[in-house]
Amino acid sequence: MRVRTLEIDGRMVTGAPGESIFNAAWNNGIQIPRLCHVGSLSDVGACRLCLVEVDGLDKLQPSCLTPVREGMKVRTDTEALRRHRKLIIELLMAERNHVCAVCVANGACELQDLAAALGVDHVRVEYQHPKLEADLSHARFGLDHNRCILCTRCVRVCDEVEGAHTWDIAFRGGESLLVADMGGPWGESETCTSCGKCVQVCPTGALFSKGASVGEMRKDRSFLRYIVTAREKRQWIR
Amino acid sequence: MDPLKKARIATVWLGGCSGCHMSFLDMDERLLELAGLIELCYSPLVDTKEFPEVDVTLVEGAVAADEHLEMIHRIRARTKVLVSFGDCAVTGNLTAMRNVFPLEDVVNRAYRQNSDIVNGIPGGGILPMLLERVRPLHQVVPIDHFLPGCPPPAEAIYTLLRHLILGEPLPPVGKFG
Repeated sequence: MRVRTLEIDGRMVTGAPGESIFNAAWNNGIQIPRLCHVGSLSDVGACRLCLVEVDGLDKLQPSCLTPVREGMKVRTDTEALRRHRKLIIELLMAERNHVCAVCVANGACELQDLAAALGVDHVRVEYQHPKLEADLSHARFGLDHNRCILCTRCVRVCDEVEGAHTWDIAFRGGESLLVADMGGPWGESETCTSCGKCVQVCPTGALFSKGASVGEMRKDRSFLRYIVTAREKRQWIR
Repeated sequence: MDPLKKARIATVWLGGCSGCHMSFLDMDERLLELAGLIELCYSPLVDTKEFPEVDVTLVEGAVAADEHLEMIHRIRARTKVLVSFGDCAVTGNLTAMRNVFPLEDVVNRAYRQNSDIVNGIPGGGILPMLLERVRPLHQVVPIDHFLPGCPPPAEAIYTLLRHLILGEPLPPVGKFG
């Protein structure tokens, strides 16, 4: 297997054939921002935060879906990219009701952290204030659509790791909604195994454990690598 | 700002819970040091009736009522550096959570459904009238600095004031929530 050599932010790095620019960058300590990517799951390019500039290409490329090529020149942190990323965060904040102060994930939310890290101190677009429900029909977990950013981490972990495929996204565009099975209450889902993987990978307070009050929900994704390593390498190691 | 003169500072409480002002007081002994640098001209903490001309105004709370709307325009006209102070001012926050409901439903909920004694809905200039939608300050007037947080930490308020008065470096952007 011949490695590919490329340049990211002026540094020579290598990646395996087929590996994403995103992975090659992170493996070399270049931390491209992201909200929909989770290691061990497939990538979908939903959040657009990992967009990068590639020499010779007019359009910005989602680094999680763009494989490394020999001699490629990539920039991950230009003024224009920083501007785009800030706007993406602002659009996410405005699309639904992300009221951090009363959110279960306050203080441990990837959207909240990334907003601060990217210097988002206010939202320039108009808040939509959509009227959305919370589904509290499950015995152990809750789903608050107000906090959902439609990253589909839950959809993918349920399908690819748990193998249940309880979750999906229904409807289109601004109407898009996370649904269990065919759209009924989560608690009545016939496929959900109540494993809670979706809750742990959710970057915000959209999926949470019942009983968690404001700022109490803490998520742990370390189980994911554990399970995937066990499955792929037959090794139950942490 | 003129280093020989004390900076004229105002703080204002619009549609918020006053928690940002509590955080202001949480500057504790640093308030004594600030007292040497600033003159607090208008605030819930001082008894001034008319909003004066000032160098810096920290505005807590969202624009939720007609009174807030009138006030924020007056503040903007008389303030050199306007700071959107805390999440309600910056994002609408809890104050704006009613925006998902029609105003009529909100008022009915407060004054009819959840009320033991129903005297009707106040009106006729007795109380400030709620606006149909709660808005963050920057959707109403231009803002010079944003200080997110619910509430913003005392340290962030202190550092921003020293930046505005003495030109010291600004800290990194704080978190919502």
